[in-house]
Amino acid sequence: MDQAPATVTGLVGVGFKPTHLPAILSGSQAGPGLGFFEVHAENYMVPGGPFLAHLDALRRDHALSIHGVGLSIGGEGPLDGAHLQRLQSLLARFEPRWFSEHLAWSSHGGEYFNDLLPLPYHAGTLNRVCEHIDELQHRLRRQVLLENPSSYVEFVSSTFSEAEFLAAVVRRTGCGLLLDVNNAHVSAVNHGGDALAFINALPAQAVGEIHLAGHAVDQDAAGAPLLIDDHGSPVDEAVWALYRRAVARVGVVPTLIERDNNLPAFEVLRAEALAAGACMAEVLASEVCAA
Amino acid sequence: MNALADFADALRAVQPMLPTDLQAWNGSAVQTRFNVYRNNRMVSLVAALADGFPVVAQLVGQDFFAALARAFVQAHPPSSPVLVQWGDAFADFVHTFMAGLPPDAQLPYLADVARLERARVWAYHAADAVPLPAARLAAALQPPHDLPRLRFTLQPGLGVLASCHPVVTLWQAHQTDGDIHLPDGATLPGEAALVLRQGDGITSEVVVIPVPAACAHFVAGLQAGLPLADAVAAASQDTPLDLPAALGLLIQHQAFVDCTP
Repeated sequence: MDQAPATVTGLVGVGFKPTHLPAILSGSQAGPGLGFFEVHAENYMVPGGPFLAHLDALRRDHALSIHGVGLSIGGEGPLDGAHLQRLQSLLARFEPRWFSEHLAWSSHGGEYFNDLLPLPYHAGTLNRVCEHIDELQHRLRRQVLLENPSSYVEFVSSTFSEAEFLAAVVRRTGCGLLLDVNNAHVSAVNHGGDALAFINALPAQAVGEIHLAGHAVDQDAAGAPLLIDDHGSPVDEAVWALYRRAVARVGVVPTLIERDNNLPAFEVLRAEALAAGACMAEVLASEVCAA
Repeated sequence: MNALADFADALRAVQPMLPTDLQAWNGSAVQTRFNVYRNNRMVSLVAALADGFPVVAQLVGQDFFAALARAFVQAHPPSSPVLVQWGDAFADFVHTFMAGLPPDAQLPYLADVARLERARVWAYHAADAVPLPAARLAAALQPPHDLPRLRFTLQPGLGVLASCHPVVTLWQAHQTDGDIHLPDGATLPGEAALVLRQGDGITSEVVVIPVPAACAHFVAGLQAGLPLADAVAAASQDTPLDLPAALGLLIQHQAFVDCTP
């Protein structure tokens, strides 16, 4: 699993952390490198300084994916115009290959909660989310990938399943999907659902990127497992298994390893990303054999 | 009450409370699940403050800092998803919070250490600006220019701090690993400092330069747009300003980006 075959080289990446920059730029890694790095948009909405220089340096040899965490697409109010303007400037300057955001909300009444919060899935929220994505794609003049969230509660007022809701958003706005396989697993376990059925219910051709990450295991008040999406450990075996099934369905898709806590050395994350590349190659090869 | 407003209120509430409209597939108590969101929000915001104010956190210890930060989150929650913009009010909040403690627990220097750390964050992310070429500066300082009327533009992220506490010494004492020797804040004189980013691109870094108080006042005057002579006069009211030394320091650290006669 150390080296990904050439067919999938360039399609795996890791979330960029500034502490990893020396290792990335030293070029010490042997064999095929990573194709792309992903950053959180909000960390780079600064006037100048080293952070922006980091992105300039990364872009020289790698594609860039910009991942928004603060637009509050699922929020009740209108999108924050100042934030849209910042996004537009950031994307104009760094020309990322992909831009993604979340099916979640994070601001309400002028306050930012710094978390990706859940929304009920019904006709009213579907209209609102679609209006927000229409506005976003119009402003950015590009397709946006929408990420499925991890969640810990469900709403009594929901009338759609999450997969039905996402499929409807894709149909109405033409946005793509960022399939977070860890989130699919976390939410399925947390709500007694079936992660594979969730993935199979999404429009496969809309999936433009996949996220893989680790989670923590806790318990709810009844002692049932409650998985916490903390990006603090290697990708779980159950998530790898689900990833293979997902790739078999959606095909070869740029895949990212996310890690935000208990950060290991760059080489460790790179090896995880290359393992994802090897997974894709295996799935491809088995399909070729079957055909 | 609609679902999201209700959810937001319950996130903000000091005591755990539960929004309406939530359920769990297995009928388990939803509060346990909702608390994951309450915890995510508070822990991540406290961590963001600890990232921006690491020396304040070291000075008071992790538990006290967490309590201080939680109180700040309640009083001044972020309004923007760009979290680096959040924290300007922290130093004043620290001042008020600490003043409410018994006298021997007040750490009177803590708010100014917070100001120094906030200045470092601003300097780190400030707009990039090309330093004024030495030849242009030298020409501006020669006749026929009217030297007293010269106005200078300084690096955008340049921070100026003048404290009646030894903030630079305190801050520097926490920049090395290992045993920290804490100076006795009450017995040391006040200190002033300039805070600015040095170098280009990915290797640039923020430096804290201790300066005499008169120099800090002089630089603050230039930043406010005062002509050279007025900035010198304003800075020389308490202690004399060593003007050649002050100009030399600003030139050495490439702090000037423009000057206009």
